Amino acid sequence: MTTKQRKTGLVFFPAFDWAISPTHPEREERLLYTQDQVFEEGLLDFENIIEYKPGMAAAEDINRIHICVPDVKSVTTESHLISAGGAITAGKKVLDGEVDNAFALVRPPGHHAMTVVHGNRGFCNVNIEAIMVEYIRKHYGHKRVAIIDTDCHHGDGTQEIYWHDPDTLYISIHQDGRTLYPGSGFPDEFGGPNALGTTINIPLPPRTSEEGFLYVLDNLILPILDDFKPDLVVNSAGQDNHYTDPITDMRFSAQGYAILNDRLNPDIAVLEGGYSVETALPYINVGIILAMAGIDYSYVTEPDYNAETIRQSSDITKYIEREVELIHDLWKNRNDQKAKLNRSQEFITRNKSIYYDTDGINEEQRETVRLCDDCGGLVTIDSRANFMDRIFAVIVPRRSCPACRQKGEEIFESTGRQTFIHVYFQDRDKDIFIVK
Amino acid sequence: MILGIDVGGTHTDAVLINDMKVIKTAKVSTNHENLIDSFQKITDEILLDENIDALERIVLSTTMSTNAIVQGKVDKVGMILANGPGLAPSHLKINENTQFVSGYVNHRGIKIAETNKSEVASIRDRFREAHIRHVGIVGKFSTRNPELETRIADMIDNDFIHLSFGHRMSGNLNYPRRIATTYLNAAIWTTYNSFVTEVLKFIESIKSDVPTYILKADGGTSEITQSAKYPVGTILSGPAASIMGILSLAEGTEDAIALDIGGTTTDIAIFADGVPLLEPFGVTIEGHKTLTRGLRSQSIGVGGDSKVQYENDTLMIGPERVGPAAAFGGAHPTPTDAMILLGLTDIGDRFMAETAVTRIADKMGVTVEEAARTIFERSCQKIASSVTDMITEVNNKPVYTIHEILEGKKVVPQVLYVVGGPAEPMAARLGELLNCTPFIPRHAEVANAIGAALARTTAEITVLADTEKKLLTIVEEGIQQSITSKFSREDGLFICREKLRERAIKMGAQENDIEMEIIEDQVFNMVRGYYTTGKNIRLKAQIKPGLIAGFGKEAIQ
Ligand SMILES: [Zn+2]
Ligand SMILES: [Zn+2]
Ligand SMILES: [Zn+2]
Repeated sequence: MTTKQRKTGLVFFPAFDWAISPTHPEREERLLYTQDQVFEEGLLDFENIIEYKPGMAAAEDINRIHICVPDVKSVTTESHLISAGGAITAGKKVLDGEVDNAFALVRPPGHHAMTVVHGNRGFCNVNIEAIMVEYIRKHYGHKRVAIIDTDCHHGDGTQEIYWHDPDTLYISIHQDGRTLYPGSGFPDEFGGPNALGTTINIPLPPRTSEEGFLYVLDNLILPILDDFKPDLVVNSAGQDNHYTDPITDMRFSAQGYAILNDRLNPDIAVLEGGYSVETALPYINVGIILAMAGIDYSYVTEPDYNAETIRQSSDITKYIEREVELIHDLWKNRNDQKAKLNRSQEFITRNKSIYYDTDGINEEQRETVRLCDDCGGLVTIDSRANFMDRIFAVIVPRRSCPACRQKGEEIFESTGRQTFIHVYFQDRDKDIFIVK
Repeated sequence: MILGIDVGGTHTDAVLINDMKVIKTAKVSTNHENLIDSFQKITDEILLDENIDALERIVLSTTMSTNAIVQGKVDKVGMILANGPGLAPSHLKINENTQFVSGYVNHRGIKIAETNKSEVASIRDRFREAHIRHVGIVGKFSTRNPELETRIADMIDNDFIHLSFGHRMSGNLNYPRRIATTYLNAAIWTTYNSFVTEVLKFIESIKSDVPTYILKADGGTSEITQSAKYPVGTILSGPAASIMGILSLAEGTEDAIALDIGGTTTDIAIFADGVPLLEPFGVTIEGHKTLTRGLRSQSIGVGGDSKVQYENDTLMIGPERVGPAAAFGGAHPTPTDAMILLGLTDIGDRFMAETAVTRIADKMGVTVEEAARTIFERSCQKIASSVTDMITEVNNKPVYTIHEILEGKKVVPQVLYVVGGPAEPMAARLGELLNCTPFIPRHAEVANAIGAALARTTAEITVLADTEKKLLTIVEEGIQQSITSKFSREDGLFICREKLRERAIKMGAQENDIEMEIIEDQVFNMVRGYYTTGKNIRLKAQIKPGLIAGFGKEAIQ
């Protein structure tokens, strides 16, 4: 482990008075024992660990990246604004140079929330990492950002938001989608036509343990980061890969999470999932905080930890080695593959059905992107929830080229409200948000 | 009639209070070699010609424990730590006699691993060989379940002078602080206990049945024999005496700032609704962060005698003090000299002040008046900005519920209390800078003794009920008892109030001083799978720092 101490900001917000429902995994108790452990270990007394109160995200922070239907107020509560605000606070402290890195230990999570928000899916309403990243880009200038999603579930929301963005590398490791919600996140999900290669999915077989996770980190994620050269590394730090997590089937450990964060050395970590509230989260969080702060974490283990009983099978080891090689090749050949794409048409369209498990909403979506060599490309979204509320959104990308912008303005101009309850214009480059 | 005595760093002060009035004050120099001597001397002096029968209460504030720690006059302590996984042992080791044992209790108070008897026995033998007579036993999460600590004590087969238990120090979490607190408690135990014995012997000789109290760091009092069980509670009672003094000399229940401007430093304290704020975790002494409840105060290096320099185009005030103000024969110009020149105060030798400040004026290239004005203004600004920072820090305290984020109280002081030498000349300007009405209390010169005299008994108690484990824990009292799965928050609150009352009475509180406040009130459903398996009820109540009944409605005269 590194021995260099770092100044670490901690935004801790357990939201002890908020739950999706009384027995839902996302409930008041979730960070209770984590708080106990963090307090008992005396972590806040370390000179290089500084606790900050979360700010509250404003509607404009959310409108910068999401299309909330019909508006921000209708799909968020204070808890979401504080959780996103907590991530922003963590980002600000790092970018202002007050600390070397920061951990937003906040809830509720956000990585299943996509661009268009009709309600809650996968315990998420708004994407707190994306809101933070865009806040940083708006206030601190352009950044190449890598988001490493170490939650056990595929972060399909974050993937969708950055699908067309060549400046944001999204890497997700997760339990194989054939065995877990949301069922996506396969290696061939590799980014949109203008951003091929900046989405990387690494599904792992159930019962993968420390060995497998760290192998993927060392042999795939770190080399890719070396190539991508991000200005900012964000860990979307879900903790549900733990061997005691009740809703997943992996065998990662507190010590493993600490080593991962030590080696990954993220600028900002943001808590995502993790529902083994009593036997995993307290130890994982202490491990991550110590690792980020460069303090000896080698004694952090679960009280019942036994490496032998959770060790992965040799079949899993072989499977992962093969997969890592395959995905690494995919990454190395990304530019060739992009060159081979058929670029004769101006627009490419995808139809998507999105299910909001928590709120029971079915969304039908048609997303169109303008093929563009000069920017991430103009995106339009035609979305309808439960066959009723239909909206249309025009999204001009950050660092947009003049052609994409002009096209976007024309489309917004000519789209009326006859068919749609609202038409949104989100100009991510000029930070303009208009609704009609 | 109440006798309050403050054995301070330089002086020992005493006041006699009767009928809301200070009827007599006294002051002697503190004898550092023998604090008892200072105490006896001043008591004899102030009680001379007084009716001893009318004496209802004696309260003593002393630097006894603080000095023992600061001067390193402590006993060797053997520390036994049941640390379990977590922070590396190197971060927990407090002295060369720290030993680690197996055994672990988790955050819910569930014993995960047992202690090893032969391990403990060999540690005991090692302590004996090292001539250690005081032992501290501290387990991680022992506030959730003290059983492991008491088991270790049983295994030791005790022939030590004293055993200090971590779980008795505080109901709050923080293992490294619990270790430090337990260590200090054991280290000063004998010194403090012999002090108490001597005090009691002396009081016996004056009037045997008069209740005698000692001031604690949290601005509350404890009956003196009770305080001897937990000497660490009496560390850093000096700043507490000063803050309680200001409280008794002030009136009102608003948010306020209290400044004690001395020669070298200025101490800042904050009142929220008239109640002095406590340190969030505990006081810090000699680099030891503890769990000892204490009033929140901050000391900054600006005072009347701070050395003033002008170097590299910058005017610097403090933080060091090199002797008195130039007007009193000091070698360097000070804020006091500036205040003399500005006519804000009429003390010392004006000519000497002027000579010293002229040296600064020449370097600055301004007139001596301008230099004096700048020194004065800069001193006031430095204090004011530290106050503002402290209030910001208080208001930015992390909170953990949405309710508190949205509706948490913000401290917005309206009143500024100033005591200390330069209070008179500085109060007005400080008031302007802080946007507060300045107020200089009477009898400020003996504020500490008054504060001690009138402080009520404070106490805190923590009730944890885990209805899944069917267990109730009141760790400060070492209580663990079984409950039914039906146990409710209301049951908990009832027990919490009851036990706090008992504890306060035991510590010497009068019935009408027991003003309770619930400071933590949380109930969590414990859900395993999709079923609720129990409730985790966490309650904490305190008697907050304040004045004994009959005082506090208006300022003492
Ligand atoms: Zn993931
Ligand atoms: Zn997850
Ligand atoms: Zn373009």
